[in-house]
Amino acid sequence: MDDTILEMRRITKTFPGVTALEDVTLAVRRGEIHAICGENGAGKSTLMKVLSGVYPSGSYDGEILFDGKPMQFRGIRDSEANGIVIIHQELALVPYLSIAENIFLGNERRGRSGLIDWNFANAEAAKLLASVGLHENPVTPVIQLGVGKQQLVEIAKALSKKVRLLILDEPTAALNDIDSAHLLDLLRALKEQGITCIMISHKLNEITAIADSTTVIRDGRAVETLDMRSDEVTQQRIIRGMVGRDLDSFYPDRESSPGDEVLRIEDWTVRHPVQDRMVVEGVGLSVRAGEVVGIAGLMGAGRTELAMSVFGRSYGRDIRGRLFVHGREVQARTVAEAIDNGIAYVTEDRKRYGLNLIDDVRRNVSAAALDRLSRLGWVNGNEEIKVAEASRKEMNIRTPSVMAVVGKLSGGNQQKVVLSKWLFTDPDVLILDEPTRGIDVGAKYEIYTIINRLVAAGKAVIVISSELPELLGMCDRIYTLAAGRITGEMPVAEATQESLMELMTKDKELVG
Amino acid sequence: MTSIKTPSTEHPTPPDSPPAAALHSGTSDLRALVLNNLRQSGIYVALVVIVALFAVLTDGVLLSPGNITNIVLQYSYILVLAIGMVILIIGGHIDLSVGSVVALTGAVSAVLVIQQGHPWWIGVVAALVVGVAVGAWHGFWVAYAGIPAFIVTLAGMLLFRGLTLRVLDNISLSPFPSEYQQVAAGFLNGLLGGQGFDAFTLLIGAIAVAGYAVSGFRTRVARIRYQQPVESFPLFVARVVLVGAVLMYFAWQLAHARGLPIVLIILAVLVLVYGLLTRRTVFGRQVYAIGGNLSAAALSGVKVRTVNFWMFVNMGFLAAVAGVIYSSRSNGAQPAAGNMFELDAIAAAFIGGAAVTGGVGTVVGAMVGGLIMAVMSNGMQLMGIDQSTQSVVKGLVLLVAVAFDVYNKRRAGTAR
Repeated sequence: MDDTILEMRRITKTFPGVTALEDVTLAVRRGEIHAICGENGAGKSTLMKVLSGVYPSGSYDGEILFDGKPMQFRGIRDSEANGIVIIHQELALVPYLSIAENIFLGNERRGRSGLIDWNFANAEAAKLLASVGLHENPVTPVIQLGVGKQQLVEIAKALSKKVRLLILDEPTAALNDIDSAHLLDLLRALKEQGITCIMISHKLNEITAIADSTTVIRDGRAVETLDMRSDEVTQQRIIRGMVGRDLDSFYPDRESSPGDEVLRIEDWTVRHPVQDRMVVEGVGLSVRAGEVVGIAGLMGAGRTELAMSVFGRSYGRDIRGRLFVHGREVQARTVAEAIDNGIAYVTEDRKRYGLNLIDDVRRNVSAAALDRLSRLGWVNGNEEIKVAEASRKEMNIRTPSVMAVVGKLSGGNQQKVVLSKWLFTDPDVLILDEPTRGIDVGAKYEIYTIINRLVAAGKAVIVISSELPELLGMCDRIYTLAAGRITGEMPVAEATQESLMELMTKDKELVG
Repeated sequence: MTSIKTPSTEHPTPPDSPPAAALHSGTSDLRALVLNNLRQSGIYVALVVIVALFAVLTDGVLLSPGNITNIVLQYSYILVLAIGMVILIIGGHIDLSVGSVVALTGAVSAVLVIQQGHPWWIGVVAALVVGVAVGAWHGFWVAYAGIPAFIVTLAGMLLFRGLTLRVLDNISLSPFPSEYQQVAAGFLNGLLGGQGFDAFTLLIGAIAVAGYAVSGFRTRVARIRYQQPVESFPLFVARVVLVGAVLMYFAWQLAHARGLPIVLIILAVLVLVYGLLTRRTVFGRQVYAIGGNLSAAALSGVKVRTVNFWMFVNMGFLAAVAGVIYSSRSNGAQPAAGNMFELDAIAAAFIGGAAVTGGVGTVVGAMVGGLIMAVMSNGMQLMGIDQSTQSVVKGLVLLVAVAFDVYNKRRAGTAR
């Protein structure tokens, strides 16, 4: 007997010039975990914004039935009053407020005097925290918590609103494996308590592990809804729905023939910019031409910190160690020097550190190597357009024009713009930090193909990734990093997810 | 497996024949052009509407030769300040001190020339040196000490006003020798003669129009060579004719008054130079990059501190230019000179489409924004509207302009 809690019927949502959703129908059973997947830009987030009232009733066509009753939400408050709560991908917590203040933000519990009774609020918050398995003092400022714990605070906040339908947009995107597993356990527990859950996710292994049904959205249409309980639905099956075809393999094949060493660091040590502790300690690693080297590590292991400190000392202080490019020791004290030495760093957070989102594709592509396009300080704008056009073709950047604003492109295409920018500096070694984070399966495959092309052209590539299958699929050799130290190094042939995970957690246990 | 081709920059080898039909399809061109450039074209439309409105309200006095000359003389220093200000705003900063710096540079010049009897050019050079030093002072604190520009220049506003009082001993100095007065009150006329009008002014106007047409055409040709979309040819011609007509009308009116103001030449050169600086140089690009996303710019190898420093040095220089023009126009230095100039300059930049968050704005936009303010002030003065109403109207126009900008951005932001 299927008891439907939510039905969205024939939802069509258009923006000027674009149809974001077309005739989408979605039915969610009471008490299930319903996954929604689809490529970036397919319309998943738009659908959830329609549901939660971010796009108010009247700005779309179609109807929403919640508990069998038609609903017309004029805003988030309306949907929350009915127990529909959305947790966005970018967490919406105020960093300097306490956990309790965040939980009751906009929903403050006022006492009889009309003032907020903080003792009561903190006690309530403590109960909510216990129910999500977070053992923190409610008066702790949120900024002191890690991303995983912040996610739990968001869920506690949702519970405080008497949530009946919880919507999570990419809840584990920023979490490491342990936090992700914890979160999924929590979702199961919430399900036991009768809370229905809609989860948008790119991580298909999580979907197959936890979801009861999966609706696949492609190009603004609901393609199919898969029943995860009865069918033997595999990840391959979901991918087929998402991209409309089978992907033969996640990872394109590559001939491996490493050449001479391009980059080597020795005894690399970095201190935290403000706290008095070492973030990277005594790290040594090397990468050769035509080789892909992976760095595996949990969040906080110092992966990004290591990469950014090498890249023109962009992170940390008291940086010590030796850096060799093509066997010659070099100084890269600034980003400009690092670029001159043939090093490129593609950030894990392209929106914050990689792109000028309000500027166009052309200027983003040229941003790191304007000197190649200029003489005596004058930029050759026409040549710049030519370069951007070449990148667009080479990288298959899907944009109406190189004059289009980067902020409007999908995540995968933005990532290609960042890659284009760094390739235009003509680097010898590329450090790719989470190169496929937050981009869809099809675009991931394209990024992998691009990496393979680079390697075939003799570039050296370092890949930092939280996704172990990605490292195993792409790399020739993998280093593991834990608590700022290298804990292992192995050729990919000898590596397994289990052996890597063991090394990644090794030092942590020693430290306690 | 093919090797990756990194885009090369050896020399321009444009493709031989672009698909002309695709590039020149002019049907939806006008609509697209208007829509795409609504933010930019919006302020031009606003300027035209405001000019037309006040032309009618003042029975055409607004556009009379004498009054057009007057507007140029009266607001040139605000426009000069707006050039430096918009660059700072694009870079994500602000400068609240420019009014005080205008006063200080004017005062230094006045003390040297009026009190101590040095030649006029010593005053000009000293003012510029002081301006650059002030800019370097601000630049140091913002770029190298990491103090927000708002605080640094708020302090500078007090500091340099105080120094002005100190330099002037709290009294006004006047008058400047006639050479110095020429900067703001001088005209180039009679060089080529003319019957009741100044032929030289018209010639300069014609050269400006020709320059606009030629550079526009060359850009267009280059864009077509690089297979970039361009406006349809009739539209291009229409634009050139329109701009040319406006410029020539302007020159015609000036020619029938007192000729070509020297200060207009200074302003035109500055607009040209800074227009190119912001659009076509590495420095200009880096300013936009820093304002658009500071972290991304730093991680792209932009020397953020250096660029920030020079932005402020430049503002100091332009404030000194404005200081010279203002002291020349007011024929002396006063302790309260330049009061609130910073707000006019900031308003001009924002009305001209600069974004509060940085990364967006143009020099030409700031000039149009400044002209909107200038025409409104002048028009209302001609109508005899009192100061209080003028202030209310200007405040509302600033608010509406920025609200329009925010509205546009929001609409653009949701269109995905």
